[in-house]
Amino acid sequence: MFLNKVFTKPENLNMYYRQIIIEIGKLGINSIGIVVIISVFIGAVITIQTAINITNPIFPKYIISLTVRDSILLEFSSSVVALILAGKIGSNIASEIGTMRVTEQIDALEIFGVNSASYLALPKIVAAMLFNPILTVMSMVIGIWGGWVAGVTTGDITSDEYIYGIQYEFIPYYIIYGIIKTVVFAFIITTISAFMGYYVKGGSLEVGQASTRAVVYSSVAILFFNVVLTILLLQ
Amino acid sequence: MIQVINISKSFNGKQVLKDISIDFDRGKTNLVIGQSGSGKTVLLKCIVGLFEPDSGEVKYDDVVFNKLNSKEKRDIRKKIGMLFQGGALFDSSTVEENILFPLNMFTEISMEEKLDRVNICLKRVNIFNANHLYPSELSGGMKKRVAIARAIALKPQYLFCDEPNSGLDPKSSIVIDNLIRELTEEYDITTIINTHDMNSVIEIGQKVVFIFEGTKAWEGSNMDILESDNKILNDFVFATNLTKKLKTK
Repeated sequence: MFLNKVFTKPENLNMYYRQIIIEIGKLGINSIGIVVIISVFIGAVITIQTAINITNPIFPKYIISLTVRDSILLEFSSSVVALILAGKIGSNIASEIGTMRVTEQIDALEIFGVNSASYLALPKIVAAMLFNPILTVMSMVIGIWGGWVAGVTTGDITSDEYIYGIQYEFIPYYIIYGIIKTVVFAFIITTISAFMGYYVKGGSLEVGQASTRAVVYSSVAILFFNVVLTILLLQ
Repeated sequence: MIQVINISKSFNGKQVLKDISIDFDRGKTNLVIGQSGSGKTVLLKCIVGLFEPDSGEVKYDDVVFNKLNSKEKRDIRKKIGMLFQGGALFDSSTVEENILFPLNMFTEISMEEKLDRVNICLKRVNIFNANHLYPSELSGGMKKRVAIARAIALKPQYLFCDEPNSGLDPKSSIVIDNLIRELTEEYDITTIINTHDMNSVIEIGQKVVFIFEGTKAWEGSNMDILESDNKILNDFVFATNLTKKLKTK
């Protein structure tokens, strides 16, 4: 029902385009900071932990960066970043739309003759599906760089070994796989959060509860679809 | 003209509106009064289509509104302006952007013309030098006036006001009341106001409908109220000692 209302022909395409640009700023560009910070540190931690666990001298050092690369490309930059974004932009969307509901701003849109579900949710869905892949690619690059910085700084691996490892038997499809997952997760986060906000009843307490529900349900859905997509795309 | 014909509405088995019929006249300020919980807001929301009545009809100049499909309803809604209890201004937009919203959404005129219209509407509600302020920076009375400016941006044929004076001091209330009455006459629109502010009833109640427990209990003008011997109406309108004295005189 909600998605039917969301995916209808917009009343005024220019207004929707303008909203998409605004939402790219709010949901995408404003998330760059957290994605960069988390990616650097996760890359660093994977490098250090892998180095600690590879004690047998039979294993070459470049396995460290190979592990970092595959962990980041396959799982971290798509799924873990999506979980973090579910917390950041999911709660943002649910609380913004929920507040609009309880302060009658959504009723005001309806009175104007605007399809409020579509006007509020569609630009967010499109913006996240367009920009989250950029965040994912950024996270991949920065995560691997973070691993290099940590590895070289601690002396666990040399720069040459690290670069050799990240190039070793590289499968470009892993990047595509990560991006496909990101697009699906962006859809999940934005639709679930918009739904939770749109149907809020009550006051500020209920808006807070809806915001929490949006994060929890989005996270569970991401974990579930992560398994489904892994089976579909990798097996 | 707006006609409400035999409207009933229930929520979870509780009947909130019971077979109500009212004619709201064009060019007049039509007031709906009643205690909190009497069904005024539900009635207003049924009229504008935010609630679907269980039975009965809502007619906008002979068009049966509640039988229209979503698209046809949206076409009618473009002729509606509404002032919500809290103003319902878009928090993330400035005063100017709030009033521009309906103009951007539904008109093809140039930005210069749109800005002219914004300034005309703001001037009409006596708001100056506030174009770039956000709703959080406005007082309660200013928010209501900006909401009125937004409601009249598209020159509506129908104006709805839900508790326009709630949270306002008596002086600001009179300003809002007079503004609504002047706009009603100026644009020759059908205006429906939900209120339990007795000053408004006396000041601008050209037609007053009293709702009691979901039914229409009385109908008349502000002057008729003073002479009415309807006990339920009198208990509501003349509830304070001051108004009781007014009635006695």
